[in-house]
Amino acid sequence: MKVLVPVKRVIDYNVKVRVKADGSGVDLANVKMSMNPFDEIAVEEAIRLKEAGKADEIVVVSIGVKQAQETLRTALAMGADRAILVVAADDVHQDIEPLAVAKILAKVVEEEQPGLVLAGKQAIDNDMNATGQMLSALLGWSQATFASKIDIEGDHALVTREVDGGLQTIKVKMPAVVTVDLRLNEPRYASLPNIMKAKKKPLDEKTAADYGVDLTPRLEVVKTDEPPARAAGIIVGSVDELVEKLKEAGAV
Amino acid sequence: MAVLLLAEVNNGELALDATAKAVTAAKALGDVTVLCAGAHAAAAGEAAAKIDGVKKVLVAEGESLGHRLAESTADLIVSLAGDYDHIVAPATTDAKNVMPRVAALLDVMVISDVSGVVDADTFERPIYAGNAIQTVKSRDPKKVVTIRTSTFDAAGEQAAAPVETVAAPEASGLSEWVEDKVAESDRPELTSAKIVVSGGRGVGSEENFALIEKLADKLGAAVGASRAAVDSGYAPNDWQVGQTGKVVAPDLYVAVGISGAIQHLAGMKDSKIIVAINKDEEAPIFQVADFGLVADLFQAVPELTEKLG
Ligand SMILES: Cc1cc2nc3c(=O)[nH]c(=O)nc-3n(C[C@H](O)[C@H](O)[C@H](O)COP(=O)(O)OP(=O)(O)OC[C@H]3O[C@@H](n4cnc5c(N)ncnc54)[C@H](O)[C@@H]3O)c2cc1C
Ligand SMILES: Cc1cc2nc3c(=O)[nH]c(=O)nc-3n(C[C@H](O)[C@H](O)[C@H](O)COP(=O)(O)OP(=O)(O)OC[C@H]3O[C@@H](n4cnc5c(N)ncnc54)[C@H](O)[C@@H]3O)c2cc1C
Repeated sequence: MKVLVPVKRVIDYNVKVRVKADGSGVDLANVKMSMNPFDEIAVEEAIRLKEAGKADEIVVVSIGVKQAQETLRTALAMGADRAILVVAADDVHQDIEPLAVAKILAKVVEEEQPGLVLAGKQAIDNDMNATGQMLSALLGWSQATFASKIDIEGDHALVTREVDGGLQTIKVKMPAVVTVDLRLNEPRYASLPNIMKAKKKPLDEKTAADYGVDLTPRLEVVKTDEPPARAAGIIVGSVDELVEKLKEAGAV
Repeated sequence: MAVLLLAEVNNGELALDATAKAVTAAKALGDVTVLCAGAHAAAAGEAAAKIDGVKKVLVAEGESLGHRLAESTADLIVSLAGDYDHIVAPATTDAKNVMPRVAALLDVMVISDVSGVVDADTFERPIYAGNAIQTVKSRDPKKVVTIRTSTFDAAGEQAAAPVETVAAPEASGLSEWVEDKVAESDRPELTSAKIVVSGGRGVGSEENFALIEKLADKLGAAVGASRAAVDSGYAPNDWQVGQTGKVVAPDLYVAVGISGAIQHLAGMKDSKIIVAINKDEEAPIFQVADFGLVADLFQAVPELTEKLG
């Protein structure tokens, strides 16, 4: 079985985000970019499926700016076999909406015919939590979101999902789109020899036009603001003082 | 304008708080019809009819809708979508599972986790773990929106609106439910509780989490946790507060042994009063705390539990 893993290049999760003073967006010039943390988990899961003999090829795909190449190389160094870069933007500040990403991914799926798509549950930049579900809808496939456990058994998969009330297990028919949550696994670090080897793995470059997908955004970004700041608080000296302050504030 | 609002229904019961908060947001968009779907949903429909501002309730009952499987629930919503300009739901895990699927089937974008309604086409939503607020204007003919419930007050009560039934779709055959592992608890629900007490990695073990639970019970509070506490097995996944867990905005949030990573702050920094107990005075949690106590939690928490009430 072939596994397709879409990976997104996003601002590193440790970077403190700065909103541009003119309200036009978030400043992404010269900030550290990394693979979306959920996508690292998806790549790791695909590699584990391959190691367990349940997958034979892992194809990673990224849609965005040319620099997303680096993200794909990281995935190749972790253990993916092959990469596809779909260049769809020429400025890092230009993000592609999940619907357009899902439409491109649907075309890639048509070409590649994977048995499973493993995506992140959300991208930590826009927190939209949508692409996997949209792709599944466009393909008419089954979907399992927020996975913390995946067992592939023949023509179906048992997936445990992290939901508001606890955990839910569902059985989905393959091929399926599964989106992964934080507790599915702990991604490995790429070793130096594997980073070297990854440089020689195939990376195909395409453009959004190759797939004939219209990227015109459906959502116009009117402005981007700083969230309201909280008023400064105080440090109390003892538990007694804390109790007193809470009573004064009517909080207890 | 007409709005179809997917109610949160769990095992036949209406999640009133989440649904009533979404109704508040939806009322600003137009006349609200609430859809209650599930294997059993009639009782939920009766309850939803009494939420202030609801004009009509649709009840769809059928095996295919049990356990909120995304495929058939999305098919149902799409079959009803023709009559509505907006399709709205509270941003629960159920809705986050279903609504993007609905949007793609309608060839429109989904607008997730909306924290403010500017007008019928324009919405505010947090991005980058709440470090920026984006205002977006939709150009789509239909808007598919999920509502961040922590930023809206629950709508009140009214005399019951009319309830109609609609047919359930065929089972999709794509997925089936196997089991739920639901933690039973007498405590208030995390996202609607007035007080939340959360523990982090500093708590140190599952056994020690009893300290957090005792303080919570003394305050009639819900219990939350950081991702580190959940990953370490001190607390179940459904207690996680943050960017990738639940978003809460109680009157009082007590963070114990939590450092205050941005991903955690994303889930609680809209709380009215924040208390932090941490032995490290440099911990970033103190930057958002109204009242900070630099102390060892193993001394401070039992003392606080005793001295309250
Ligand atoms: C600076 C900035 C400028 C913006 N400008 C505009 C604008 O001009 N117009 C506009 O309409 N919107 C704009 N947006 C908003 C943006 O287009 C969408 O809201 C955003 O795409 C939300 O999706 P997400 O990336 O969070 O996807 P999610 O659905 O949260 O992503 C989930 C998963 O899908 C996969 N995935 C997602 N994207 C990709 C990808 N590109 N390649 C490979 N895999 C992927 C990954 O596996 C990922 O984990 C802007 C946003 C920012 C931050
Ligand atoms: C993509 C992504 C998503 C994430 N989503 C979330 C999320 O939704 N929610 C979330 O919480 N995190 C999330 N995280 C993780 C987040 O980055 C932090 O790692 C996490 O919040 C840390 O948890 P913590 O504060 O409990 O642990 P730590 O950072 O280890 O802090 C423990 C604190 O306890 C204090 N302490 C220790 N012993 C004592 C004592 N005896 N008395 C008093 N204080 C003590 C320490 O001083 C320290 O400040 C996410 C991370 C990523 C990458």
